[in-house]
Amino acid sequence: MITALAPTNLESQRTPEVVLRVHDLRKVYGGARVVDGFSFNIQRGECYALLGPNGAGKTTTLRCCLGLTEPDGGQIELLGEPVPERARHARVRVGVVPQLDNLDPDFSVAENLLVYGRYFGLPDATIRARIPSLLEFASLAHKKNAWIGELSGGMKRRLTLARSLVNDPDLIFMDEPTTGLDPQARHLIWERLKQLLARGKTILLTTHFMDEAERLAHRLAVIDHGAKIAEGIPRDLIRSHIEAHVVEVYGDGATEWAQGFDRSDVSRLEVSGETAFCYAADPAPILRDLETRPQLRYLHRPANLEDLFLKLTGREMRDES
Amino acid sequence: MSSLQQTPTSLHPTTEDQARRRNVLFAAPRPSRRFIPVWRRNYLVWRKYLFERVLSNIIEPLITLVAFGYGLGSLLPDVGGASYLQFLASGSICMSVMYSAKFESLWGAYSRMETQKTWAGIMNTPSSIDDIVLGEVAWAGTKALVTGIAMLLVIWGLNVARSPLTLLALPVVFLSSLTFSAMALIVNSLARGYDTLSNYFVVVVTPMVFLSGVFFPVEQLPGWLRAIAQWLPLAAMVDVVRPLILGHLPGHLLRDLALLVGYGAACYYVALILTRKRLLK
Repeated sequence: MITALAPTNLESQRTPEVVLRVHDLRKVYGGARVVDGFSFNIQRGECYALLGPNGAGKTTTLRCCLGLTEPDGGQIELLGEPVPERARHARVRVGVVPQLDNLDPDFSVAENLLVYGRYFGLPDATIRARIPSLLEFASLAHKKNAWIGELSGGMKRRLTLARSLVNDPDLIFMDEPTTGLDPQARHLIWERLKQLLARGKTILLTTHFMDEAERLAHRLAVIDHGAKIAEGIPRDLIRSHIEAHVVEVYGDGATEWAQGFDRSDVSRLEVSGETAFCYAADPAPILRDLETRPQLRYLHRPANLEDLFLKLTGREMRDES
Repeated sequence: MSSLQQTPTSLHPTTEDQARRRNVLFAAPRPSRRFIPVWRRNYLVWRKYLFERVLSNIIEPLITLVAFGYGLGSLLPDVGGASYLQFLASGSICMSVMYSAKFESLWGAYSRMETQKTWAGIMNTPSSIDDIVLGEVAWAGTKALVTGIAMLLVIWGLNVARSPLTLLALPVVFLSSLTFSAMALIVNSLARGYDTLSNYFVVVVTPMVFLSGVFFPVEQLPGWLRAIAQWLPLAAMVDVVRPLILGHLPGHLLRDLALLVGYGAACYYVALILTRKRLLK
């Protein structure tokens, strides 16, 4: 058991049942409603994911919750404290993994943890006592004295995760924690986040990786244009919005095939680029038809969160802004 | 939670929104002990390069004083009752201290704010922008004070001045450094890139050195430039530090200190407002 990360009885007592309440949050930037009447609650011990295309208002929502952006309307209560008024007091018990690593390049791995812990007002002795278990958690014990420049992307991300735990937070904000990582590094981060949840930590996660949300999130909200368009348990959401089976058809002539296809066999058929997506409760007729067309290639799979996401937010590209 | 606001958000900020934003930006400085970890962070980086830093702090003034003071000074008459070497030494301690504070609060602070995003990391903790700005000013003051002490050691070592009054220059060095740092942090908060910092140096800092009596007495300037010079913070610093190095009491101590404190306090507040404006989007 890694003691520095284990919740004490005292902590679980002081953490409120609802860790974060956001009601009717609104934020306008330069004539655009970036967050437009968004409400959600996060229960203690759950992993709640915000899913949305670029520019949907995810990061702005996080900044508002941390008290770093002044909302134009609505109420936020973080760990029982009103935000932004008492955000600083709430942040004592919050950890943040930002979208872009901002590790201190002037310091070694261990020094990064020490210096960051001081910003929380922790005594050096307390931080030094926690460093070995934090490094072990991040699988970086062997890199204790390495410089930040020597670390791989995955190692930096793990160190950022360890750094967000230096104050033993009750709630951890993670803004796209695995963006830019290779699959191995991503799986390691997921495994660590599950460990944190097992220890009773609460996580607010933003992501646009559907498998990430599907694996980690107890509940999620799909947001677009600053407003919530769906919320619930991932499997329930998929079941209620999407047909059980998806057949993706691609290869030469896929789009022509889609145009001529008897649509009574599918509930929904969408063409995106060179691929036709067929959504059906019973895939048998489509599969029989495809057997007779060797020039077409296809993939039959169960519906997933990505299908839900694309159905709710559309297939067109979003601007990065 | 308090009462609900059900009115739809306007696309344009209402007067109420603007007033709230103003209150956040213009709030009085809220100093807290949390500036200390910010100071310690910068100190820890500095300590890693201690040897190089101290060496350059000593070698640079040595070169200036030996080359200009002895070389040029031997060709020049006494200035105001002191040798040119003494005149130059007492001016260049002010210049070096100012450069030290400015560099730290321009290139140093800008790197931490923009390039490394160190400040963004700090803002996710209970420390706030007010703590960061205070920590940066205090750190720049400390670093420039070390520069001042190194200069004083060179001045003593070369036997340019030995009066015990020279020690009284150090509190003035520290105070002036805080002022210079606060001024630089205004530029930092408005900078669009490293070019802004260089431009400020060329357009503001370097001319100020020539107008403040570092290399030659202010009296040599034409009347209109002298009128400007008497309001410059570096001129006020030189006006106090030079007599102390040369072994007598400054003539306009209260006026000069009031000028330095006034500039410092005003610039600190403005830097704070502009930094909040930049980072609390």
